[in-house]
Amino acid sequence: MESFKQFDHDVLVIGAGGAGLRAAIGAAEAGASVGLICKSLLGKAHTVMAEGGMAAAMGNVDDRDNWQVHFADTMRGGQYLNNWRMAELHAKEAPDRVRELEAWGAVFDRTEDGRILQRNFGGHRYPRLAHVGDRTGLEMIRTLQDHLVYIQNIQVYMESTVIRLLKAGDRVNGVVAYDRERGEFSVFTANAVVLATGGIGRAFSITSNSWEYTGDGHSLAYNAGAALQDMEFVQFHPTGMVWPPSVKGVLVTEGVRGEGGVLRNKDGRRFMFDDIPENYRAQTADNEEEGWRYVQGDKNARRPPELLTRDHVARCIMREVREGRGSPHGGVFLDISWIKTRLKDGEAHIKKKLPSMYHQFKQLADIDITKEPMEIGPTTHYVMGGIRVDGDTQMSTVPGLFAAGECAAGLHGANRLGGNSLSDLVVFGKRAGEAAAAYATKQSRASAPQDAPAQVMSEALSPFARGKEAGAESSFQVQQDLQTMMQSLVGIVRREDEMKKALDGLEELKRRAAKVAVPGGREFNPGWHTALDLGNLLAVSEAVTRSALERKESRGGHFRDDYPEKDPVFSKFNILLRRGDNGEMVVSRENIPEMRGDLKQIVEEQK
Amino acid sequence: MSDRATFRVWRGDSSGGQFRDYATKISEGMVVLDAIHQIQSESASDLAVRWNCKAGKCGSCSAEINGMPKLMCMTRLNSLDLSQPVTVEPMRAFPLLRDLVTNVSSNFRAKLKLKKFTPRAADSPDGTWRMQQTDVDRIQEFRKCIECFLCQDVCHVLRDHHKHEEFVGPRFFVYAAALEMHPLDTEDRTAQLKEAGGIGYCNITKCCTTVCPENITITDNAIIPLKERVVDRFYDPLHALVRLVRGKRNDPAGT
Ligand SMILES: Cc1cc2nc3c(=O)[nH]c(=O)nc-3n(C[C@H](O)[C@H](O)[C@H](O)COP(=O)(O)OP(=O)(O)OC[C@H]3O[C@@H](n4cnc5c(N)ncnc54)[C@H](O)[C@@H]3O)c2cc1C
Ligand code: SF4
Ligand code: SF4
Ligand code: FES
Repeated sequence: MESFKQFDHDVLVIGAGGAGLRAAIGAAEAGASVGLICKSLLGKAHTVMAEGGMAAAMGNVDDRDNWQVHFADTMRGGQYLNNWRMAELHAKEAPDRVRELEAWGAVFDRTEDGRILQRNFGGHRYPRLAHVGDRTGLEMIRTLQDHLVYIQNIQVYMESTVIRLLKAGDRVNGVVAYDRERGEFSVFTANAVVLATGGIGRAFSITSNSWEYTGDGHSLAYNAGAALQDMEFVQFHPTGMVWPPSVKGVLVTEGVRGEGGVLRNKDGRRFMFDDIPENYRAQTADNEEEGWRYVQGDKNARRPPELLTRDHVARCIMREVREGRGSPHGGVFLDISWIKTRLKDGEAHIKKKLPSMYHQFKQLADIDITKEPMEIGPTTHYVMGGIRVDGDTQMSTVPGLFAAGECAAGLHGANRLGGNSLSDLVVFGKRAGEAAAAYATKQSRASAPQDAPAQVMSEALSPFARGKEAGAESSFQVQQDLQTMMQSLVGIVRREDEMKKALDGLEELKRRAAKVAVPGGREFNPGWHTALDLGNLLAVSEAVTRSALERKESRGGHFRDDYPEKDPVFSKFNILLRRGDNGEMVVSRENIPEMRGDLKQIVEEQK
Repeated sequence: MSDRATFRVWRGDSSGGQFRDYATKISEGMVVLDAIHQIQSESASDLAVRWNCKAGKCGSCSAEINGMPKLMCMTRLNSLDLSQPVTVEPMRAFPLLRDLVTNVSSNFRAKLKLKKFTPRAADSPDGTWRMQQTDVDRIQEFRKCIECFLCQDVCHVLRDHHKHEEFVGPRFFVYAAALEMHPLDTEDRTAQLKEAGGIGYCNITKCCTTVCPENITITDNAIIPLKERVVDRFYDPLHALVRLVRGKRNDPAGT
């Protein structure tokens, strides 16, 4: 039999983005021995790419802000499908997590009086995002990383990919992983496992997400019997690059609009003024002048319509393009250079507040954003859905299995507000790590699993064995076909007939994936890694499609051409997915528990 | 311009290897990493390469392109001479794992030779500090570092003299400078920089600054001030005495 190494910890954390790093620190501080496993090198996880900032109601810029307003904004943005307990904890605890990062060495941009500066973002009533120019994620990941590496009882296993969760009875008690460098297997035992694996963006062809985003955590949890929730809610960020082709999908931060950037169609019209949703009308400027005053910090002004929620802005852009008013390469224009007409030092201001956007357009598209508008269009960005968890402990429906960060569901409901992810990572990463440590110490020691690894390993190696079979395909080809299909059939605009076609397509892709062959050896072989990721991508693609079929309405990130309106019936429940006894995906509706009275009152007051 | 170009890519592992030529179709706006991905999916699915963000933010895709240390995802093909094969090889200052992937673990060990961030007591009762933007501007420059290790790759102390265990290298002088000049930090890393850090090996050739994709002025802003501190401390008895009396800092930290 194939040999494997063995490791033992109290708590395993899978993923080293913001959520995983904070969970590992939390568990270690609670006294647990921690194993931290990640697919890339330390410090390279997706969190490094986050740009605009981290939402926390500190009130440094506008002292009218407080957790109640942040809570109400998050619920409104999520169209009330959020787990309200999570939204409450998040709003209350985010400020402490920001200050904690500062205590660990993070250097945020400052206010005049030397405190942490906060910026505007879509859907947030007051300037709320702590930030460092447009590289906030780098600041977060480096701060956490540099804090973590000095902690003795955390062992980091870099460039290792987890391919199975192991269970003893109902409980999770370990994982099987392979290391990318040598292609050798390891079995890790632990009483508690925290998944912090991020999102699923690679299921689509136009995305701001990296190769890591193949929905591994979602799929690992699902296969271990955990429930997934809200998978129909995928966030298409309104502003991705559209030209040149090689950068299609690369993100343009919402911070551009927060600093005064405006959206225009080919006729130069600020089309966002044309369609302001009813529930945001009271908070939104109705003329350009007021919008500008808002981004300049005038407390009596309302925010410009460019800063409406992402789902809405993305759909308005799609409308302009579809109706022939788009830019030459199928997007619309995003212009920040115009602020030079209002600000004396406009050019320097843009470079100071948006340095990596300046850099990115200059180097990748030959565009100087201080002089010309950018061309942008929607890109797959974030998944609101994920592993269903308990709001306080982040434990999934499987004992011993926890989830935090993008791979967990609940906080964001039908649509995430920008900046609410980075704060989510540290608020719930900490909670998950601490709860996992507490759980782990209460259990008797997990015994090393015996048979399961053999089967997992031989399945994982099968693409090599198929090397020479006729009709064997490359893993890259199957992955590309999956992405193209999902983009066109289950993308921003959805219809029943197309999604049914997608389900058939997925069956066919499953058959092809089972026949994928990889040449070469086991050492750092991307063809093999991609072959193993395919199973996860197929599972999350099916989850998105089935949930999207079930939700016969339009809400947040989920838009149905055949049911274009919101339907109150669908505001009462979340859609769950579980693995059935015969391996089939079972869809169910789970009622949302009634909101606590005091929270209801906050929502009413903030309307 | 023809619509195909040839990429001469290093294939091999620690036991040896050779360049191999791959021709692939090119299109507008392409970067070297796109070409490598295309080659992977067309004809070499086992071609090993690291990448994550494809936007110059994560520092994973470092390589030597036509002999120049660069990020593959930020190197546009229209900046290269495509009439000749474009060579793409791994960073040469680190042991090769496979193809374009090197063992960069010495960098993770180097960081641990420097004491971690340790802030002074909070300025206000709510546990927060006050810092002026002008006081953090200079360390924000250092904190832009994406740990691509291109500066390490090009530094002759590592590349030619293999002092990986005695010399932390430019990336970690930047790290140390960010800590030493942090208005809140109370540690003193001068002795560490001299001993375990090996800062004396650096003879200010500035090659590191030239290749940094984040345009950090590594030598002038980080290394030289650190060297001055080391000199002050260890080679200038009067300064050493003054420091002893006045404590570590003579610059007011924040307000
Ligand atoms: C370009 C961009 C800009 C963004 N800007 C913002 C912003 O300004 N504000 C904001 O709040 N949010 C922003 N977001 C969203 C936010 O960055 C992400 O949602 C968040 O960083 C996810 O963090 P995470 O800790 O959940 O996962 P990640 O940081 O993605 O980390 C996932 C980790 O899991 C590991 N992993 C995955 N699968 C496995 C496996 N099978 N085995 C082992 N390890 C595995 C990976 O290696 C990685 O270490 C942005 C996103 C993008 C793409
Ligand atoms: S300046 Fe110093 S650290 Fe930088 S490359 Fe030259 S010798 Fe190395
Ligand atoms: S200092 Fe510059 S070259 Fe060196 S690792 Fe950091 S970003 Fe890369
Ligand atoms: S892939 Fe992130 S820097 Fe190139």
